[in-house]
Amino acid sequence: MPLTTPFHPRVEAENQAGLWKHWAGYLVPPQYQYSLTAEYYAIRNSVSLLDSTPLFKYKVTGSDAVRFLSRVLARDIAGCPPGRAQYTCWCDERGFVLQDGVIMQVAEGEYWLTAAEPTLRYFRVVARDMGADVEIEDVSRAFGILALQGPHAHSVIRQLTDDATPLRYFSVVRTEIEGCPVVVSRTGYTGDLGYELWIPAQDACTVWDAVMDAGRGHNITPIGTTALKMARIEAGLLLMGADFHSSRFAWVDEQRETPVELGWSWMFRTLADDDRDFVGRTAIESELQERTSRWTTVGLAVDWHDYERVYTDAGVVPPRHEVYSESTMSVYRRGTAEWDYAGYASSFTASSLLRLPLAIAKLPLDLAEPGTEVDLEVTVIRRPQNVLARVGRMPFFNPALKTAPMAEEGRS
Amino acid sequence: MSDAQRYDAIVIGAGHNGLVNACYLAKAGLNTLLLERRHLVGGATITEEVVPGFKFTTFSYAISLMRPEIVHDLELVKHGMMVLPLVNTFQPGLDGEYLLLGADADANYHEIARHSPADAEAARDLDHIIARLVRALKPWMDRIPPNSLSDDPAEIAAMAELKGWFEELEPEVRTMFETFRTKSAADILDEYFENDLVKSLYASSGIIGSRCSVRDRESGLVWLFHKLGEYDGEPGHWGFHKGGNGGFTQVLARAYESFGGTIRLNAGAARVRYEDGRATGVQLEDGTVLDSDLVVSALDPRQTFLRLVDPDDLPGDLVGHIRDFKFQGTAAKVNFALSDLPTFPGFEGREDIFMGFTNLGPSIDYLMEAWADCEAGRISRRPFLDCSVQSTLDPDMAPPGKHVMSCFVMYAPYHLAEGDWEAERDNLGNTVEHTIEEFFPGFSDLILHREVVTPLDIERLIGLSEGNIFAGELFEDQLFLNRPAPGWNQYRTPISGYYQCGSGTHPGGCVSGGPGWLAARQILGDQAS
Repeated sequence: MPLTTPFHPRVEAENQAGLWKHWAGYLVPPQYQYSLTAEYYAIRNSVSLLDSTPLFKYKVTGSDAVRFLSRVLARDIAGCPPGRAQYTCWCDERGFVLQDGVIMQVAEGEYWLTAAEPTLRYFRVVARDMGADVEIEDVSRAFGILALQGPHAHSVIRQLTDDATPLRYFSVVRTEIEGCPVVVSRTGYTGDLGYELWIPAQDACTVWDAVMDAGRGHNITPIGTTALKMARIEAGLLLMGADFHSSRFAWVDEQRETPVELGWSWMFRTLADDDRDFVGRTAIESELQERTSRWTTVGLAVDWHDYERVYTDAGVVPPRHEVYSESTMSVYRRGTAEWDYAGYASSFTASSLLRLPLAIAKLPLDLAEPGTEVDLEVTVIRRPQNVLARVGRMPFFNPALKTAPMAEEGRS
Repeated sequence: MSDAQRYDAIVIGAGHNGLVNACYLAKAGLNTLLLERRHLVGGATITEEVVPGFKFTTFSYAISLMRPEIVHDLELVKHGMMVLPLVNTFQPGLDGEYLLLGADADANYHEIARHSPADAEAARDLDHIIARLVRALKPWMDRIPPNSLSDDPAEIAAMAELKGWFEELEPEVRTMFETFRTKSAADILDEYFENDLVKSLYASSGIIGSRCSVRDRESGLVWLFHKLGEYDGEPGHWGFHKGGNGGFTQVLARAYESFGGTIRLNAGAARVRYEDGRATGVQLEDGTVLDSDLVVSALDPRQTFLRLVDPDDLPGDLVGHIRDFKFQGTAAKVNFALSDLPTFPGFEGREDIFMGFTNLGPSIDYLMEAWADCEAGRISRRPFLDCSVQSTLDPDMAPPGKHVMSCFVMYAPYHLAEGDWEAERDNLGNTVEHTIEEFFPGFSDLILHREVVTPLDIERLIGLSEGNIFAGELFEDQLFLNRPAPGWNQYRTPISGYYQCGSGTHPGGCVSGGPGWLAARQILGDQAS
């Protein structure tokens, strides 16, 4: 039997479509309503509420916490002072990605981390090997997490606490909602204005109710994982299991990616100025210096005319409604040779807001320049067809509100 | 020479078609001036904050037919275009029955099957054949129609292409097209459905904005026209623009300004100036003269041919067609600010039923009784209402917990048999209020503010003759080859350099931008040659 999250009584009551799926062993709705589009637009137009409890959650404390995190994480933890959060990743010694996650220093020396897969034992092994005085605690079941995302997110949360208002993008605060202790971070996986709330499991339903009540009048909409994933492609955010895979359980290097190959070389901009001995450093430094990356991760904006053409020529309507896929799609060089394999798209959506089919793809370095034209293979009535796509800069959608300061009186 | 200001192009009327047209001209590098008589752009596509915090879509209230080419060409998403798809359609009856249709085909099947399993199955067939027909018609929505009177070889070829296209349609698609052209909505629906609630839900699309009943043959094409749009490729689906339909014309205005275009508000055009059959500029109502060799009217055909220029300077057959062009508006709007959502008995607290159109017109008889009043020259005593509570999907339309409700009213004939529209204003508002009250008891108690927009208001405020929301009826003799007149359906006029781009040209009314876009294509093509 799958586990249920501490919000389950509420989630179940809201799940009108009656669909369920499994996420890391938990029962979650891929969508609550018949209309996936309605959930998607709640993210972009009003405010959405996602139960993301199934993420693994760890607490890192102890006198050597910083020393340990500087070793185990690839991104410099020095950039994460108290009250701040950081998107990060960790790698193996060969510089392949093990996982990504968000870490935050909720209080001096106390770090909380989310991860898609378990990493307790691995972290403990690294800590033991370096002789670090650090405590790593699995608090996965102790907390529920809610993501409140969308342009009205602040209008909702400011009714519950004043402490969220001053939060800058990727800042964190400890506060109370309805008398329950919660940690609020201005983070999310949608690319919009939003907050994530860590809530003690026993308080989960109390806080859910408070958030939903505050959201009435703002079209607050519980959303499932599919609408979230559609939004995250627009936001240029990668998904483990789709756009990359943990090196830990790969069979061959072809199934592995380095952070540089995933487009995260910005995490290593200050590498020359620090002497952190983080896991994978030697390999990553060498990759950066010798430009040995096999791939680069890019966004692909499909030419909508060409997309329409291949379907219209076949006599059918182009699929643009509620399209989201994590199936591999081949990408080819455009040139004289036919079907000249270049790389692949790992996730695909037809962006309703941007009116463009979008993909996240791996391409060789010579095709990575924005504007470069490639062919993306789609299936039209069971046959492969190539459509024109252009390399674009991610994020495809990046509203100013995402990082804008919030005023006391909040926008409504 | 006068010291008048000189432009490469002047577009008269900043409705969505004027804006789209001006965008294309400015984008092509022309120094373009867009004139608007009122204090805001948008024409019939505006949002007004009538009461603080409550945003009313005064006139047009939903969007579907916007041409995808325009969205991409003008980079409208970058300028803030966001259409929120309607989630549900709610058709309440007066007997406690209802239809609530949503995004899931199987759920819709079972919902209709509560009334008739045969109808539930028929709805699938009907929806699919309409979708196939719409797909076949789409290319003609997006091109300049042929000129049926021209002996230009290119036009003769285009007419032949049209004939060939029709003959090559798949037989069942062609038959369905013929059916829509020759039969009334009610007649078509009688062949598919047995249940009155189901029939009337479909049928009401056949009378929107038009002076016809669901039993008049004109209603077939009017219905089809309202299915020509799409949402994310889903044919016939509609949405609300973020911030109301006025939010959309604001997007167009931003795009226009990004292309370097100029807007002049409070600048009504008195007449178009021309010499020796060539346009030379525009004279404003305040006497100001603006010079340009290219003048485009986004106003309706009556304004374009009978007011802005002297009809005596035009060919008699054209003037005859325009004088006969049917406007005869029959629609009104009543907009409400509400303290809470209305309640349908048994659906207390259900917000989802308002996440789309709420269709008040539960039977064919109901729609026919409404029509009988219209024929007699009076407001329908129980009108058909197409209601939209936009604040459910778009919380920026009203303060939290409160709502705006836009009600499109059929029928409200421009030509009243007795009395006048100033005297009938309150009657119209009260009639609508009482009608909603019948379906949603307690509705009247929720009203914080009521705005009544009569057909005469539509004419006076935004210049649509006789208040026709489409700038002329969407009847077959006024569409495509004949919009607004045979031989003059390609955006040109008899005056060189003077063009038309309003909804009175192909493809017609609704917020499609199509006329503005295709006119720009014609203009820029003419300029290049």
